Amino acid sequence: MLCTMIYEGKQRIWSEYQKDIPDDRWYYVRSCIRQNFFPASEKMFTEITRNVLGKDIYETPHHTTCGGIAYHCDTIPQETAMTIVARQFALMTEAGYENYCPSCITSFGNYVEILETWREYPELEARIREDLWKACRREFNKPRYLAHSSDLIYRWRNEIAAKATHKLVNGRTGEPLRIVEHIGCHYAKMFPSKGVGGAEYPYVLAGMIESWGGQVVDYPERRHCCGYGFRQYHVKANRGYSMSNTYKKFESMEPFHPDAIITNCPGCPYFLDRWQYVIAEQTGKTYGENGFGIPVLTYEELAGLVLGYDPWDLGLQLHQVAVEPLLDKMGVEYDPSAKYLGLNREDIMRPELPGSIKCF
Amino acid sequence: MKGNIVIIGGGIAGMEAAKSLISLGYSPIVVESSTKLGGHVASWYKLFPDMSSAKNLVSRLESEIKGATVLCGTKVISLNRLADGYSLKLSNGSVVNASALLIATGFTLFDAKKKEEYGYGVYDRVITNSDLEAWFSEKKDARVPDEPESVGFVHCVGSRDLKACNAQCSKVCCATAIKQAIEIKERFPYAKVYCFYMDLRLFGKKYEDFYINAQRDYGVQFIRGRVSEVGETLDGRLQIKAEDTLSGKPLKVQLDLLVLMSGIVRNQSIGELSAMAGLETDSDGFLRSIDNEYAVIESNRPGIFYAGACTGPKTVPETVAEARSAALAIHSYLETL
Amino acid sequence: MTDFGFTLSKSSTLDLQNVDRERFEQLCKLEKGASVCIGCGSCSATCPAGILSGMSVRKVVLAVQRGQDVRSMLQCCMLCGKCTMVCPRGINTRNLILSICSIYG
Repeated sequence: MLCTMIYEGKQRIWSEYQKDIPDDRWYYVRSCIRQNFFPASEKMFTEITRNVLGKDIYETPHHTTCGGIAYHCDTIPQETAMTIVARQFALMTEAGYENYCPSCITSFGNYVEILETWREYPELEARIREDLWKACRREFNKPRYLAHSSDLIYRWRNEIAAKATHKLVNGRTGEPLRIVEHIGCHYAKMFPSKGVGGAEYPYVLAGMIESWGGQVVDYPERRHCCGYGFRQYHVKANRGYSMSNTYKKFESMEPFHPDAIITNCPGCPYFLDRWQYVIAEQTGKTYGENGFGIPVLTYEELAGLVLGYDPWDLGLQLHQVAVEPLLDKMGVEYDPSAKYLGLNREDIMRPELPGSIKCF
Repeated sequence: MKGNIVIIGGGIAGMEAAKSLISLGYSPIVVESSTKLGGHVASWYKLFPDMSSAKNLVSRLESEIKGATVLCGTKVISLNRLADGYSLKLSNGSVVNASALLIATGFTLFDAKKKEEYGYGVYDRVITNSDLEAWFSEKKDARVPDEPESVGFVHCVGSRDLKACNAQCSKVCCATAIKQAIEIKERFPYAKVYCFYMDLRLFGKKYEDFYINAQRDYGVQFIRGRVSEVGETLDGRLQIKAEDTLSGKPLKVQLDLLVLMSGIVRNQSIGELSAMAGLETDSDGFLRSIDNEYAVIESNRPGIFYAGACTGPKTVPETVAEARSAALAIHSYLETL
Repeated sequence: MTDFGFTLSKSSTLDLQNVDRERFEQLCKLEKGASVCIGCGSCSATCPAGILSGMSVRKVVLAVQRGQDVRSMLQCCMLCGKCTMVCPRGINTRNLILSICSIYG
């Protein structure tokens, strides 16, 4: 840990926010947007959990959006989101699973909020059951356990560490890499008790960083929103607000010289990554070393690197900020000429490179 | 047994009551669970508004209750109702019968760790009001820097806080914060000192004078806005966020020390005793007086009286006045037996 | 520079440690009462200019404390003295206003 911070104080808080995460048999639902933003992340989740760790992770092509993004953009009422969620639970029930694992943070928050609302207002749950039956003749059990997919990787972080081919250590200096962990707002800010480590000092990503050999950077604006904020970005006139929040975070983390940022939300890595380019274009400022940005990864991508997957199979060429400085520090081997080859080894074309921030 | 009085709690309420009862001719027994007399006040530095020494008050009281039997490090294990009083089994193995009991168990200071956003126990430069009192007395606390450039005080930590289940105003913290801000300024005249408050509640005699002095003579800056978040910068300073509500703007500032004014909350270890004695608790969780206007020192059980912060946050003079009043009430009660 | 159709928004956050207190300290020397203002707003509530122009002595004092330029904020003052009459801290607000004018020039 950097700074003079009292580590035991955080451990005490972490110990108060532990949740039960069963070891196996999970019903997995993908995010609406992650496959476009960071296409290999969810693929890596199923690859690592099923093939490396041998877990039963079930997916069905019949699942839809959870309605969370529309609910948070104020385009549907919560009852509609609840009926959509009820259908998702029905699919889980039909498949014979009890543990529900969404890949999206807003989705996780949406499920938690709905389950808590039903606990508080059982009559509402009864009405939604009726609505679901009328709409599609389905019935459901509520999940016994609900965990975000980052909770699962957290649960299995030490198993991943045991199989690691690369540590979060600077191969040149032997020092632990300094990693910023950024938690999606909807993970625990609404219901702190539902997140690993709570909401003020979440441990879900910090635990992975520690387990994989890195050092967690705790900077003053750690808890601040990434800036995406749905309507702050989706309404173009407000987009400056979105970027300004991201800017605030970068200005705050800059003195700590982070080697990378990891996140557990669909929007956060996208905006922390892409806004670095826009900020560089508009202000000339870059936050990494030698004119580069700070690489921003999803936790699945980072787990993939730790387990020795090829960075281009992890989709790291789709990041705006160049990831090569991080790969070099970790000692990950990669073929620069293969960066823009598709899975079929054919050229997927090269992006135009900006002048303001160094990219490959 | 007639005339036997047990005082539970050896803080200033219990000591002052013992003193008054001694002067009325009784020989009370003071049962104190900790190893020394004086309660919270014993570890404080100076009292407001006259800045007299807290330790002197406690040692003076100690010398004035020589006529009492003082049992420190002793707890009440069980308590039974007798026809004309109570029988108490103590942790030292003895059994004491008493015609009257005085509950003077005081309060607990809110555990500032519970307000996670302030980072007490996580960030090195965050301390509480009681830590600062101890530092004023002993000068031993590595968390207090040698030459702080800026010091912040957060009022209402865990008090007036529905989320922390403490709706009550802790009453003494506004004046304490101002007293401590002045004491910091006296030691570090060049430090910028900020008080972050929701409301300033300076109700007591000369408390407002304190406030005016702090503004006019010490240049303490009062910011109406509650601190919402504390973080740590690379060089170990604290960065805090609040709103400057009077200008309607968000505000940030870096500090070398942040002092949390932990509020007075109900004594967390009183539950067992109140259950044994059949004492009712009020909606605020403190012990319930039979009424809160006219009979604050009277409980719902015959022969059991209250003094001090067991019934709610109290200042030192209020506590002392209640202790004297309770001693007289016990005297009148014993006369009727 | 690429035109994205949006730019960084200016933060309204007040950075307290960088606030210049010099003029407020000067003011406290010229009008001792300035330091004991409690921001109650009586002065502004009763101001015959405030209801029409938005002028507020409370806001002026706060702005001086926060190191801001207040020159334009007092232009509508008529020095009628009503604010002096109502101030519970007994601040000589006429002297306060004149002192602010002399400090800011």
